[in-house]
Amino acid sequence: MTPLRRLHWYLIAIIVTAVLMLIISEAGLSVLQLIETGLLAMTPLALAAVGECLNEQAGTVNVGMEGIFLITAVLGVYWAEVFRSGLYGLLLGSATGALIGLVFGLICIYGKANQVIAGMGLNIFALGLGPYLLMSIWAFPGIHMFSRELMFEPVRFTVGGEYFSLSLVTVAAIMIAILAYLLLHRTLLGIRIKATGENPIAVDVAGVSVGRIRLMMCIIGAALAGLGGAFMPLGWFGGVVKEISAGRGFIALAAVVFAGLNPLLALVAAFVFGFSEGIAFTVVVSPGVKEIVPFYFVQMAPYAVTLLVLTAAIGGKRFPRALGKPYLRE
Amino acid sequence: MVRSIAESGLAVMLGIVAGGFLMLVFGYDPIRAYAALFMGAFGSPAGILESLAFATPLIATAVTFAVGVRASLFNIGAEGQMYLGAIGATIVGGAMALPAGLHPIAATLFAMSLGALWALPAAVLKIWRGVHEVVSTIMLNWMAFWFVTYLVRTHLGEPGRAERAIPALPTARYPIIGETLTAIILVVVAFGAVVTVLLWRTGIGFELRLVGDNPEAAKYAGASASRAILVSFIVGGLAAGLAGASQVLGRPPSWTLYATLGNVLNLGFDGIGVALIGRNHPMGGVIAAIFYGGLLHGGRFMEYNVGVSSELVDAINGIIVIALAVPEIVALIRRRRES
Repeated sequence: MTPLRRLHWYLIAIIVTAVLMLIISEAGLSVLQLIETGLLAMTPLALAAVGECLNEQAGTVNVGMEGIFLITAVLGVYWAEVFRSGLYGLLLGSATGALIGLVFGLICIYGKANQVIAGMGLNIFALGLGPYLLMSIWAFPGIHMFSRELMFEPVRFTVGGEYFSLSLVTVAAIMIAILAYLLLHRTLLGIRIKATGENPIAVDVAGVSVGRIRLMMCIIGAALAGLGGAFMPLGWFGGVVKEISAGRGFIALAAVVFAGLNPLLALVAAFVFGFSEGIAFTVVVSPGVKEIVPFYFVQMAPYAVTLLVLTAAIGGKRFPRALGKPYLRE
Repeated sequence: MVRSIAESGLAVMLGIVAGGFLMLVFGYDPIRAYAALFMGAFGSPAGILESLAFATPLIATAVTFAVGVRASLFNIGAEGQMYLGAIGATIVGGAMALPAGLHPIAATLFAMSLGALWALPAAVLKIWRGVHEVVSTIMLNWMAFWFVTYLVRTHLGEPGRAERAIPALPTARYPIIGETLTAIILVVVAFGAVVTVLLWRTGIGFELRLVGDNPEAAKYAGASASRAILVSFIVGGLAAGLAGASQVLGRPPSWTLYATLGNVLNLGFDGIGVALIGRNHPMGGVIAAIFYGGLLHGGRFMEYNVGVSSELVDAINGIIVIALAVPEIVALIRRRRES
């Protein structure tokens, strides 16, 4: 597997982005601001998608990322308030995700649970736990705004006279995607991970624990999703609402499928999906556009783009043979 | 059969215990909270009627999920299809004048067909491109959310009352049985019975279950997987549309859809848990829905009397679903006890 095997998708992404930017700047919107929003929206998607790539390479599917997003968004803010620091909020949000991943992994790997049902159970659990926590911690229904000082502020610099801000979490997400790619394709552990997803019996016979590798990937995957979840309020929105995940866990899942479990392609997909959300956010507030296109239709855009891209690009993907199947030793 | 009931019962117990633990973490008294919940839900005739009213849409959305699972599909699109059903019921029930006898029937049928229509893209993408239904149905759910919100807030909004859509006209409303329970529960249960017959007494149902149980054997037997998928999604969409209609044509006092969609939100997702507790059988779903409807209604008493946020009920549902994902959970515990 060479990094350039799916070169055309990288090229299509670049060309489409360039054309869109041209149109947008012609329409008098700020391209820089758009990229800024696009990168913010990309970050949680990329983190969760890269994590899920690792997880699925080892053979476990977690469709519960939506739930992890929601729980870690709420608890990330809680931890940030307890420790008076946005950074601690992010790190402990990620740790919370890891803990969820551990429990999920134990249930799926050692409890041999149906992974899709367990993951959906996690989503439903979060659907209730999120608002319950909001109410129990802050005694306010559905929403909590926290103090500005707890924000994990982005780095600001000027590009061509315009201010541009970039979150370090975004940089981390890009680096993690590259590292995950190198881990999978350039290390012994990577070979073991892929073998665990492809042929767990062989891995077992070779004396490597299938359960341990899968559990490790489950924890890492959920920890990355947890970082993404905590990032949403602490690095992006500045508040947490009970609908904060808004289907993003499933958009990340779409990115994983689109990428065929390749972390770098997952990053590209996350950028495309995040960018479409960025466009939506920018268009909503631009004069001249907001009068013509109802805001509700703009809100639909990220989901429609996700579905269209996935439909167009789904062919020819190969997934690990033991994906989603619990390993039973004979 | 006995094992199924034992497994469902155990999963429900686990959910309730975990919910109690979550209450303890925040200093609530779980015994008092659950007592308030169960007395509120089933402690009086009024409570029981109200619990049945809460159960009504869940019976239908559970059918959506169950009929998917029977064809080996993970159709979690009931949520969005139900929004479409609710708006369909509003269009015919609220914005059109029809004779009294015909009105509820027309509104219900239109709602169901809109639900099925919203399920179609997921079915087509699955058959044509192999797009996994978990992703496609969730994307469709969110598109439905914004589309229906748009309609409620603009063309179908009640003049002078921005917070809701035009209510169903009196001619379109189902007769009230008691409290907020209306006769639409009978329609919903009848629909579940029809689906049961379809699945276990007809050729197309047999084909659907064969494709779900054993795709290889189905292929050799000449069964069409595409047709099974299509039928499963359409029946599921009809059921979800009916669930949406039940909240507009059959739920006093509002008889309409709120602009936040607050009165229908999550009924589709709740149906997943209900279907699993009911072992993916439409009639099992009726029993599970009554239980879960009781939790939803009783949850309000728990919130009012003990201060525990009623949303905890959804968290309990999630735990139940996770527990039900573990196969042979009963056997697992028995083995543990023996060793």
